[in-house]
Amino acid sequence: MSKELQRYLLTRFGQFLLIIFVAVSINFIIPRLLPGDPVQTALARLQTAGGAQNVDIQAVSASYRAKYGLDAPLIEQYFNYWMDLFRLDLGVSFANFPEKVSTMIGNALPWSVGLLATATLIAFLTGSLLGARLAWPGAGRGIKTLVPMMMVLTSIPFYLLAIILIYFFAVVLRWFPPAGGVDTTRIMRFDWETTRDILNHALLPALSIILGNIGFWALGMRSQMINVLGEDYITFAEAKGLPPRRIFVWYGMRNALLAQITALALSLGHVVSGAILVEVIFNYPGLGSLLYVAIRGQDYFVIQGVVLMLIVSLAVLLFIVDLIYPLLDPRIRR
Amino acid sequence: MSAPKEVDPVLEVTNLNVHYDTGHGPAKAVNDVSISLKPGERLGLIGESGSGKTTMATALMRLTRPPGRIASGSVMLDGKDIMAMSARELRETRLRDIALIPQGAMSSLNPVMRLEEQIIDAIVAHTSGMKRAALNARVEELLTNVGLAAEVARRFPHELSGGMKQRAAMAIATSLSPKVIVADEPTSALDVVVQRQVMQTLGRLQDGLGAAVVLIGHDMGLVAQFADRVGVMYAGKIVEIGPVRQMIEAPRHPYTRLLVDSLPGIKVKQALIGIPGLPPPLVNLPPGCSFSPRCPFAFERCKNEVPQPQEVGDRQQAACHLYPEHSALPPMPVGPNDTEAQP
Repeated sequence: MSKELQRYLLTRFGQFLLIIFVAVSINFIIPRLLPGDPVQTALARLQTAGGAQNVDIQAVSASYRAKYGLDAPLIEQYFNYWMDLFRLDLGVSFANFPEKVSTMIGNALPWSVGLLATATLIAFLTGSLLGARLAWPGAGRGIKTLVPMMMVLTSIPFYLLAIILIYFFAVVLRWFPPAGGVDTTRIMRFDWETTRDILNHALLPALSIILGNIGFWALGMRSQMINVLGEDYITFAEAKGLPPRRIFVWYGMRNALLAQITALALSLGHVVSGAILVEVIFNYPGLGSLLYVAIRGQDYFVIQGVVLMLIVSLAVLLFIVDLIYPLLDPRIRR
Repeated sequence: MSAPKEVDPVLEVTNLNVHYDTGHGPAKAVNDVSISLKPGERLGLIGESGSGKTTMATALMRLTRPPGRIASGSVMLDGKDIMAMSARELRETRLRDIALIPQGAMSSLNPVMRLEEQIIDAIVAHTSGMKRAALNARVEELLTNVGLAAEVARRFPHELSGGMKQRAAMAIATSLSPKVIVADEPTSALDVVVQRQVMQTLGRLQDGLGAAVVLIGHDMGLVAQFADRVGVMYAGKIVEIGPVRQMIEAPRHPYTRLLVDSLPGIKVKQALIGIPGLPPPLVNLPPGCSFSPRCPFAFERCKNEVPQPQEVGDRQQAACHLYPEHSALPPMPVGPNDTEAQP
């Protein structure tokens, strides 16, 4: 590993830590900037809303005070907050007291990661491949009609697409379940039946994310590929008598993907927030639904926890992209 | 000095036409060009920007891209017509029989591949069954041939200087010992010192391989030093072609004369001499000789009739209506710059 690469990686890791630090600090400060006692306010609101009849308010309140030491100086609270984070302690839910927020997030996270990561990756890869193929001379008529159709799909918002899909495939045709992550009666086991059930439930939400994204990636890749195909090294590769497939993949796509990866890094936030709405519509048991329910129920610590989780996972993804980039583009290793 | 006539040409271009389709009709970038090249011969092609040199170079290997298209003509390489080859034949012929040294060597290497991979890529595309060790040895040999150190193989293009990239491109072009090398302004982006070195390397390679070379350039001095024969292109046509010494000492076409005169000399300091006027638009060529609007000798016939190439000296041909009436180019009218001054 060269010195330059080491410095690059260290810089990126430093940026990653900085993002996390800022995100956590903001997450800590904002509730404390609000006038009044956040615990009291929240509990009072719950009480007036009548949403917490079964909860012993005094017990909850006391538990929070003891836990967070809300009378302690701000700097001490801040320090404690960090300590709690290191123990993966994000507090407890109001609505589902005394369930821990970390447990709730832990339950929701695999669903979101599974759905989002797979769907985004499929959309990115197939979209890029289609876009590259479209820019390549002699693209078939199939691709030439397919891609404009996908552009149309892309211009429809995710959630609208989701509703359309539910209507046709779950309500009219009844091919797939309209909501949920798995059959409510199913006992989760590592077997074929469970896997099939999960995939069955994931297909429609995944499809709405893929269809909503694929045109975006195809369009971006097409313009990148057209640029790359105009480069001198493509002509020279042809003059070398290389097989077209080799030119397409190793001289064309390989270079066009560099800009695509940058675009992916930039749009990750957009992808994640869009997918949250899809989860809500399909009542998918992931972070998106958790956040939605928490917002409706004003479940303060859950919102805080999920938002923190989203920021952290975005930062992690960006960091991963940063790690991949020098592998793809040697010029960045300098 | 004259090469034996009976040797078959290795490259024979006949009535090549390359057009760029525009909204106002085709721009004839290469207009009915015919040249032939004997094995081991060095032909220089010079002309102003836009005279069709590079279009010609790419068309020789059928690398023409839209909006350009090869309208008609044939390029016989060792008896086979490149224009009539199937895609597969064409792919196999490129580099193995006819290789390109590209114009922008700066950007002709894939930025994300190591140099050795790009050389091996070229070799593997044409030969099968070579072991990695043999390939590596070949890469080292090729790099040494062009004056590069063996460790350069592990570098990426951005880690090479301009001259090194040009040499690397030459290493790739000569990797399969082609019969014809098309060098498209191989030194245009380099400074004079490096230009000289690169041209010397090209000459050495050419001697070693015995390949015929088409050297394309805009620098009359540089091309003349390298080539045996020089062709002068103007508005998509070769207006004069002949042995390099005759072309410089006794050019017959007025355009060649003006080009030679515009070479700056260092001994006699004089004002730079240009050629007044601009090349004609390639879409609407003048009905007669394309050069007639700028030609100090132009007369009535030049404006109406396209001159055909004709013998004007020993192996020297010019497309000009001054011949065969004249035996040599008449002296230039005094102050060509004044007579042709723009209104």
